[in-house]
Amino acid sequence: MTATTAASAAYIVAALLFILSLAGLSKHETAKAGNAYGMAGMAIALVATIGLAARNASTVGIVLLAVAMVVGAAIGLSRAARVEMTGMPELIAILHSFVGLAAVLVGWNGYLSVEAQASEGSGAPGQTEVAGNLLGIHSAEVVIGVFIGAVTFTGSIVAFLKLSGRIKSNPLMLPAHNLLNLGALVVFAVLTVVFVIEPNLLALSAVTLVALALGWHLVASIGGGDMPVVVSMLNSYSGWAAAASGFLLGNDLLIVTGALVGSSGAYLSYIMCKAMNRSFISVIAGGFGNEGSISDDRDYGEHTEISAEDTADLLRAARTVVITPGYGMAVAQAQSAVAELTRHLREKGVDVRFGIHPVAGRLPGHMNVLLAEAKVPYDIVLEMDEINDDLADTDVVLVIGANDTVNPAATEDPSSPIAGMPVLRVWEAANVVVFKRSMSTGYAGVQNPLFFRENSRMLFGDARERVEDILRAL
Amino acid sequence: MRIGVPRETRARETRVAATPTTVGKLLALGYDVVIESGAGAAASFPDEAYAEAGATVGTADDAWQADVVLRVNAPSTGEIPRLRDGATLISLLSPALNPDLVDALAARPITVLAMDAVPRISRAQSLDVLSSMANIAGYRAVIEAAHTFGRFFTGQVTAAGKVPPAKVLVVGAGVAGLAAIGAASSLGAIVRATDVRPEVAEQVRSLGGEYVAVPAAEAQVSTDGYAREMSEDFNRRAAEMYAEQARDVDIIITTALIPGRPAPRLITEEMVASMRSGSVIVDMAAAQGGNVAGSVPDEIVVTANGVSIIGYTDLPGRLPAQASQLYGQNLVSLMTLLTPGKDGELMLDFEDVVQRAITVVRAGEKTWPPPPVQVSAAPAPAAAAPVTAEPPPPPEPPSPSRRLALVGLGAAVLFLITAFSPNELIQHFTVFALAVVVGFYVIGHVHHALHTPLMSVTNAISGIIVVGALLQIGHDDAVVTALAFVAVLVASINVFGGFAVTRRMLGMFTRS
Repeated sequence: MTATTAASAAYIVAALLFILSLAGLSKHETAKAGNAYGMAGMAIALVATIGLAARNASTVGIVLLAVAMVVGAAIGLSRAARVEMTGMPELIAILHSFVGLAAVLVGWNGYLSVEAQASEGSGAPGQTEVAGNLLGIHSAEVVIGVFIGAVTFTGSIVAFLKLSGRIKSNPLMLPAHNLLNLGALVVFAVLTVVFVIEPNLLALSAVTLVALALGWHLVASIGGGDMPVVVSMLNSYSGWAAAASGFLLGNDLLIVTGALVGSSGAYLSYIMCKAMNRSFISVIAGGFGNEGSISDDRDYGEHTEISAEDTADLLRAARTVVITPGYGMAVAQAQSAVAELTRHLREKGVDVRFGIHPVAGRLPGHMNVLLAEAKVPYDIVLEMDEINDDLADTDVVLVIGANDTVNPAATEDPSSPIAGMPVLRVWEAANVVVFKRSMSTGYAGVQNPLFFRENSRMLFGDARERVEDILRAL
Repeated sequence: MRIGVPRETRARETRVAATPTTVGKLLALGYDVVIESGAGAAASFPDEAYAEAGATVGTADDAWQADVVLRVNAPSTGEIPRLRDGATLISLLSPALNPDLVDALAARPITVLAMDAVPRISRAQSLDVLSSMANIAGYRAVIEAAHTFGRFFTGQVTAAGKVPPAKVLVVGAGVAGLAAIGAASSLGAIVRATDVRPEVAEQVRSLGGEYVAVPAAEAQVSTDGYAREMSEDFNRRAAEMYAEQARDVDIIITTALIPGRPAPRLITEEMVASMRSGSVIVDMAAAQGGNVAGSVPDEIVVTANGVSIIGYTDLPGRLPAQASQLYGQNLVSLMTLLTPGKDGELMLDFEDVVQRAITVVRAGEKTWPPPPVQVSAAPAPAAAAPVTAEPPPPPEPPSPSRRLALVGLGAAVLFLITAFSPNELIQHFTVFALAVVVGFYVIGHVHHALHTPLMSVTNAISGIIVVGALLQIGHDDAVVTALAFVAVLVASINVFGGFAVTRRMLGMFTRS
């Protein structure tokens, strides 16, 4: 057993632990164990790598390594301990950007330690020496790794800025933006060929810049409501970036891990797209806005308002209540008040459950985390498909900050831009109370006929204040 | 302006046009309210309660001489002269059935609004007296039936033996029918309901009833929200169905009404004769001629075979406090519509279809019948119904041949790339391909609620890129080491932050 074979063995164990980690996360009961497997895998991989690196690194190198890890760990742990659950989408987006950045740096290092030295003809002995016939492949791996990493990096930064409200989340609509994206891909292909034939700093810099610009533009042209897809897409990219680095370094652990993460992001993107009845391409190509403006002067009738006190009366008389939260609940920070209301009603013997649409919020599963934070038991938080058939037997549905995900037009109006999108059929319930700031439309820009239904009542105002009013009235 | 609420003078009328609650709301609209002493007595609203709510309690003349007079029933011929010139009268009128009354009212320089002429559009829902009264009547019909019926509604297993549940048939699933279905099923009976409009089946089921369709019935899609008369063939098949049901059920409640026509005769003498002794029929259409052979308005008739036929026409009035409250609230909604400024000044706007439709007389000029209302609500459900039944076809899945071609193309590309690659790369490709497949299968089973933790844990795992950077950090080249240093730092944030935040999130999930 040499140090190298020991490291390889450790990598295999780590890779298996990562797979177990993801498998563990499939159920609530095993989720914590899954996370522990992941940490164990990561610890084994790190120890093995540090052991490997320490053999031929200088003391300075080891000190630097230790400093970098300690500083990184401190920043990471403190952010993780302090982040608000409503801020999870931003945190995840910024973490993606780090992976992207690391992939870019690893790629550049790959170039600097191999191609740059080879072209200088130094032929100096080093651990990164590559045989001549593999140099072309190595170069290709460098370009691809840098490209994916850079797209992930800027894309995640824009996503972070949008999610944290530092820039507007409206889609940026440059003329011919699809052509711009395609053009960037073509430029990338050309530059890859150039770089493989003649590795040089200029070509690599150009690839990096093009990729950075592409990542920026790609996410900037996608609107806020499509962010769940964007974040899971970036998750996927960060995985592929790690896998590309694995190819570059000839490291199977990186390849396996990158592929696992890449698959997971792709799968989540697929779920999100299916839940919106849209193709991945159409989400990437931009928001709903560019499918032609919706001229909508139809007479929907008038909506009926309700007061918090009357809502309390409705709830008091109800036997079954379903709450369907949306992004508005996160914006209003209403989850604790909603949880309090839930506890109160359950103590009175009312059957309260939650119906979560797959694209509710700005992150896959975001609503579940918010409700979990507010101590809502997870077994009353159901998915759309689990609750949809029960809605007809429900006395009261509270729609809190959701709009497009409860729009009957999706099933009833074939001309609607959201036609065919699976929605929560809340209008089948006996009473629907919609918590909303105003009568404005949702992300898709479509008017919601639900508001004008006979069994719908509008409760205007800040969701948290209104829920607290109801609690007081109860 | 002053609103007057006189006492109802019609025999057996128990309702009143304002309750202490609605008086408060009328006052909030800027009106003064005067109530005739004793007007609410039959509905258990004493004069003191009105006075406490802010109304003036006065004589009959005080109430009749107000600017706006609210009533439940239309005034008798003797009462019309009591209205002052320029006054506005709002009450139930049935203008289509009472042309003489309309003429008599139009002879005076007054304005008359008919509460029972509200068009059935969703905007006017809150004014719809017919709906609110039908709701009460449907409930009361069940209560009357239960009162007369000699057995339990709900099935029970007791020490003294087993009690079968009562079977109730509700004919006509309009507002009254639906209210009856709801009331009967919450009493525990087995409820069946039938209606000529198949689209109500869902509503019937939602209230706990079972929808009984007329076999092979022609579909009648309602365009104005009311039922129409049906063809002969349909009626014959329906009659067979009613006959079959009559032999089986214990209680029949009929609510079938066609506006402006005598009620259809649905339950014949033979059907009544086929029912078990002790059965009860409530004919809610008794006032319009009756759905049931042998029903007499306002009376209970017991047939030779012991079936009681209840023909009460004052079912809403048998719940006087409730009926007054709902009617009063309908009036408040109307007054809100008529008082845009909330300043106690009544403004009649003929541009508004609702206000136009209910105006029978305007300042002494007869305005009945109104032009037909474009019922905006009707086309929408009518158009929506077929669509819901037949959802838009899902986007065509790629045809099998196309999918095969795609898979084949992918395999060929993969083959070519791999075949021309050096050995070392092939090894990596193998690992990569297998890992992608494993990833898809593992992640496909993740519970939807754990998607966010999944993302953060995969995020932490993708920090594994730190391994790549670690291997580069000891390089001789200072630039390489510097870049690797930054890479290790940011990737470490990911690794530690990702796992820590996942741990924190998973700790929050609790079971009840």
